[in-house]
Amino acid sequence: MSDANPKSHPPDPTRRKFLLTSGSGVAASLVAGYVPALAKDTGVESDPSPTSTGSNIEGAVPITLRINGKEHSLRIDPRTTLLDCIRETVTLTGTKKGCDHGQCGACTVHVNGKRVLSCLNLALMHDGEEITTVEGLGTPDAMHPMQASFLACDAYQCGYCTSGQIMSAVALLKEPCGPDDAAVKELMSGNICRCGAYANIVEAIQQVRKRA
Amino acid sequence: MHTFEFIRPPNQAAAVATAAQSKTAQQGADIRFMGGGTTLIDLMKLNVETPDRVLDINRLPLDQIEATPDGGLKIGATVRNSDLANHPKVQKDYSVLSQAILQGASAQIRNMATVGGNLLQRTRCVYFRDTAMPCNKREPGSGCPAITGHNRTLAILGTSEHCIATNASDMCVALAALEATIHVQSPKGSRAIAFHDFHLLPGGTPHRETVLEPGDLITHVTLPPPIAGSKQLYLKLRDRASYEFALASAALVLTIAGGKMTHARVALGGVGTKPWRSPEAEAALTGKSANEATFSGAAEAALRNAKPQSENKFKIELAKRCLTYALRAAAAG
Repeated sequence: MSDANPKSHPPDPTRRKFLLTSGSGVAASLVAGYVPALAKDTGVESDPSPTSTGSNIEGAVPITLRINGKEHSLRIDPRTTLLDCIRETVTLTGTKKGCDHGQCGACTVHVNGKRVLSCLNLALMHDGEEITTVEGLGTPDAMHPMQASFLACDAYQCGYCTSGQIMSAVALLKEPCGPDDAAVKELMSGNICRCGAYANIVEAIQQVRKRA
Repeated sequence: MHTFEFIRPPNQAAAVATAAQSKTAQQGADIRFMGGGTTLIDLMKLNVETPDRVLDINRLPLDQIEATPDGGLKIGATVRNSDLANHPKVQKDYSVLSQAILQGASAQIRNMATVGGNLLQRTRCVYFRDTAMPCNKREPGSGCPAITGHNRTLAILGTSEHCIATNASDMCVALAALEATIHVQSPKGSRAIAFHDFHLLPGGTPHRETVLEPGDLITHVTLPPPIAGSKQLYLKLRDRASYEFALASAALVLTIAGGKMTHARVALGGVGTKPWRSPEAEAALTGKSANEATFSGAAEAALRNAKPQSENKFKIELAKRCLTYALRAAAAG
C-alpha cells in the first residue's frame, strides 16, 4: 500500500474497510467495482430504515429480503445465490464463500430459524423470509453466548470457517442432538475446518449446551 | 450459470401446465422444478443443468406428512429431509427411512433437500459433473470415460456399456425396502408409480433416469401400513464417518417369527445404477432360519450378478459384508 500513515485510516480499521477506504486506488477501484452497494455499507448495522440497493444488470428482478430484522429492497440477477446476494449486494460479509458447492458449510445462515447453505439457494427463493446471518447474532460488545464460547475456547485458527461454524452451532442448540461429543460431531460434519480446530469447536458448543 | 427465468407458479395446475412445455423431463430439460436446490443449483453452477425456466414449487401446499386411510403415511413432495427423518411416526414405524436420511448429507442440506428432489438426486460421477469430459448421461453418445477411468465409487449392479454411474441417494434405498409409491400430477391427471418402476436402468439411454415426462410433478410419496413387529435397519459404509456418499449400504425390513424370517425386504445403496432392491436376497431369506448361513447366502445372491470395474472390485466383498452384518444386527436387535 502506498499510504504508510496509519493515522489516515478510520479509527477502527477492519480489513475490509481498510481495503475499501485505503489510498491504494487499485485496491479501492477493484473492490468498489465488485460491490455495487458499497456506499451503503457503513450504515447497515445501525440504520434501521429499509435500504434500496441493487444493480442495473439486464434482466434484474425486484426482491425484498429480510436480513437480521431489516428489510432490503433489491434488484438482482435471478441467478444470484442467497450467499452472493448477502455478501455482494447487501454487503454483509460475515457470511463466507468457501467451496460454493455445498461441501464446506462456510456459507451457513438461518432461514426461518433453520440452518441452510446459502450457496445452494437462490436469493429469489427467500423473498420475504426471515434470514439471519452472523451479523444478526451479536456484536463485539454483546456477543451471542456461542460467539463468546468460541472466543473463550479458541475454537478457530484462521477464522474463515468460523461464522459458518457458529451459525451451525447456534442452530444445533434447537435440533435433536444427543448429549455426547459424538452427536455434536455428527451434526457439525457439514462444516469443514481446514485448520483442524474441531476439538475446540466441539468444546465451545458443549460448554454452551451444558450452561443452557 | 446460464440465464433463466425464475417463476413461482401460483398453484399446482399452473406448475404442471408450464412444465409440460419442456422438451424433456430428463437430462437437458429446459424447464425445471426447484425444490431445495441442493442438487439443481449445484449442477446449474457447473453448467450440467441449463434450464431456461426454473419453477419454484417451495410455496405450493405439498409440505405435509399425514396418515392415510389405510394406515400408511403420505409424505408431501416438498417435506424437508430433516422434517421427515425426525417425524415421530417415521421414527417409530418406518425407522429405516429415518436412519437412512440422517446418515446422508449434512444437517444444513437435510434442512433444505426435499423428498421430491431426493428422488431425483443425480449421480456424483466426476465425469457427469465435468462438462469438459464426455459423458453419455450428460451428452448422449459422447462416451463413458469412467469405464476406463476413475470408477472406484461407481456402480457394480445394473451397469451397461454406456454408463456405470451410481445412484447417490440414501433415502431412496430405504424407500425401496419400504415399497413406497410415488404419486405424480401431469396435465393428463394423476398417477401412482411403484418405487421399483420409478428409476430406470441406464441401458443404452443413461440420460433417462426416471419414467417422468414433461409436466410430471411429484406431489407426494406414500408408504404402506407399517409391518407389525418388523426389524428395520440402514447400514452405510463410506470413506468418512459422516457427510459422505455410500460405498455400500443396506436397508432392511425384516420380520422374524419362531426363528424364521416371514417377511424380508432388502435394498442396497452405493452399488447400483438405481436404488437397488434385491429380490434375490429376499428370496434367500424368506421362510428361512435367521442364521449366519442364511445371511451369507442372501449376500451371495444379492451380488451374484455384480460386474466390477477396474477400481471397484472391492465393492462386491464390501457390499456382501455390509448386508451380512446388517442382517445379523437386525435379527439380533
